[in-house]
Amino acid sequence: MKNWISIAAALLLVACGQQTASTTSAPTDTGGSLKGDFGPPQGEPVNAVLTDPPSVPPATGRHAPAKVIVELEVKEVEREIADGVKYTFWTFGGTVPGKFIRVRQGDTVEFHLKNHPSSKMPHNIDLHGVTGPGGGAASSFTAPGHQSQFTFKALNQGLYVYHCATAPVGMHVANGMYGLILIEPPEGLSPVDHEFYVMQGDFYTVGKYREKGVQAFDMQKAIDENPTYVLFNGAESALTGPNALKAKTGQRIRMFVGNGGPNLVSSFHVIGEIFDKVQQEGGTHPQENVQTTLIPAGGAVTVEFHTEVPGNYILVDHSIFRAFNKGALAILEVSGDLRADIYSGKQVDETYLGDKVANMAPVTAAAAASAAGNLTKDQQIKAGEVLFKGTCSACHQEDGKGLPNVFPPLAGSDYLLKNPQRGIDAALNGLNGPVTVNGATFNSVMPPMSQLNDDEIANILTYVLNSWGNDGGVVTSKQVQTTRASTKRPEGAAH
Amino acid sequence: MRRAARMACLLAGVACAHSAWAAQPATELAAIPGGTFDTILPPAEKLKVATVRPFRMDRRTVSNADFARFVSERPEWRRDRVARVFADESYLNHWQSHNAPGAGIEAQPVTQVSWFAAKAYCEARNARLPTWYEWEFVSAASASAADARTDPQWRQTILEWYARPATEALPPAGSTAPNYYGVRDMHGVVWEWVLDLGSMMVSADNREQGDPDVKRFCGTGALSLEQKDNYAMLMRIATLSSMQANYTSSTMGFRCVTGPEATP
Repeated sequence: MKNWISIAAALLLVACGQQTASTTSAPTDTGGSLKGDFGPPQGEPVNAVLTDPPSVPPATGRHAPAKVIVELEVKEVEREIADGVKYTFWTFGGTVPGKFIRVRQGDTVEFHLKNHPSSKMPHNIDLHGVTGPGGGAASSFTAPGHQSQFTFKALNQGLYVYHCATAPVGMHVANGMYGLILIEPPEGLSPVDHEFYVMQGDFYTVGKYREKGVQAFDMQKAIDENPTYVLFNGAESALTGPNALKAKTGQRIRMFVGNGGPNLVSSFHVIGEIFDKVQQEGGTHPQENVQTTLIPAGGAVTVEFHTEVPGNYILVDHSIFRAFNKGALAILEVSGDLRADIYSGKQVDETYLGDKVANMAPVTAAAAASAAGNLTKDQQIKAGEVLFKGTCSACHQEDGKGLPNVFPPLAGSDYLLKNPQRGIDAALNGLNGPVTVNGATFNSVMPPMSQLNDDEIANILTYVLNSWGNDGGVVTSKQVQTTRASTKRPEGAAH
Repeated sequence: MRRAARMACLLAGVACAHSAWAAQPATELAAIPGGTFDTILPPAEKLKVATVRPFRMDRRTVSNADFARFVSERPEWRRDRVARVFADESYLNHWQSHNAPGAGIEAQPVTQVSWFAAKAYCEARNARLPTWYEWEFVSAASASAADARTDPQWRQTILEWYARPATEALPPAGSTAPNYYGVRDMHGVVWEWVLDLGSMMVSADNREQGDPDVKRFCGTGALSLEQKDNYAMLMRIATLSSMQANYTSSTMGFRCVTGPEATP
């Protein structure tokens, strides 16, 4: 061990000789704060560019230490946490998470914290990228309608959480008072096509998940670490539907992902992607080829990946009930040409009965009745139910309610019930692009289900039209056949 | 700051001697029996209880109309005349003019007043601001119990005030339900100044509990907050400790009490 240290020291000494740090490859040991002081700030002070999530400020582009002025305003704002649910957030800059701050290692940061006159609470800020007691907390304690100032030198490079540390700290954090500060390495970061800012947080409301109206903070749920919501960027729809992150195929993506907590640790995962590179916290030795990465409460990670195949990539906390029952779900929409050589899409989908032949009996019976020309509506519904559960319920859910912002409902769907022909079209040809269902806009991709035969599609749609309170109707095999004959299947569709 | 406080007393005291209005309390006072209770701010390391002597407390917060009468009697407390050392730039800046709040807000609790101004107001009425322990003693009450602080429902009701943004209009002073002592507005309306603000030296970084830098504390010594799950009270303490005596805010008001000061 001692030997190793002296070797490292020798290496560092060598590195010291060429201190301009113009090397493109990261050094094996950056030396931490001991090597992070590049001397007094040079040139005129610079005003930091701050951005709202999911945007990230441009690279500093600086090659010498500067004095950087950061002005951050604390505001207490009421806004939607979920559809029809309001919550009073305490924010750094009006958003959850707060504004993204980007400086360079060695910069001297003059920090101004302003507490808006309409605030009820005093607030302060603890930046994990600060070297000094409290991370700035005591120095920035600010009454409503006042402002304070402190200065620090950013000695360590990396991605750091900042948060409010005023009593009761947990409640200030639970109300959304956190964000990220990136302290760039002296040589800057490698160029990418997109940088995104995403931060997870857990929220505690008196009412249940999605209970409408203005919801108050629930202290006991917070102490019990039993959140009502687990969210990316402070709202259920922050990064879904029209707010989804967008990129193209063949692009390099970098995401700065933080976890504000206050309580939960995140198992961050992007469904359908593999992180080529993950840098934990300020880590300068990236891990490669990572599926799921842990982000501690009060911690952050930089992930990078390259897009190859178009489609929707869903960001989740892979503690998966949080994703589907508490809101921890965001979408990256990647557009571009299909790459069947990398990912084919579904190539085969046929009945596999296993030992469940009995379950398929209604389908068999309906097929026989159809062939004999005496198929009843009741038979269609029974067969449709089995087929629906096997094929459609994965997205539209067994109760036909779909998933908000992702998969449209079939139960009570004005889109479908107004014109059942749309169901035939969607099943045969898929559905791509925005549709409005019951006043909500969905912009997902439904693949063509043309591998199902005319009988099966007719039975499924008849089941849908007669379930969950839908007002009835029959789709015949003939109708499906006509549509199939008159429309061209999109290229690459399943057979 | 201590010198400034003394100056304020002098100014207010001089004015007081010449005032006819000062003898008229703005509200009928409620009799508070006093007693010994568990406090959130222990007076000493091993002493978790505080004692307050009997006193009388305003049944409601001081309103804009009340304060306007005071300002017309004591023009040195008008916003265009007040010394900056006694009140910051935002002092009474929500009023229509130097001596009139303006239509619609007369009945609301006065806010944007500094500790110095609140203290002078009470002294002009031959009263004073309550001490923290006096305020805390009365605030522990619900409608039916003298000490409701462990009642989860009572706590949640108080917490719900924080769930509403401060941009909503304040209700009229005295419009909330009376508590056990017949006192209104203790929760859910405004923060309130206390007399011993200067000794409420809670660390600005409250995570330092248990290892306080003793040099930063004086008077009551190193304070360590008790009742860590009583968020409603923790927030009140945090807010008071963020305020200097010349600060004002849109949510900070006050009320007065009479009687000898409590000695913990």
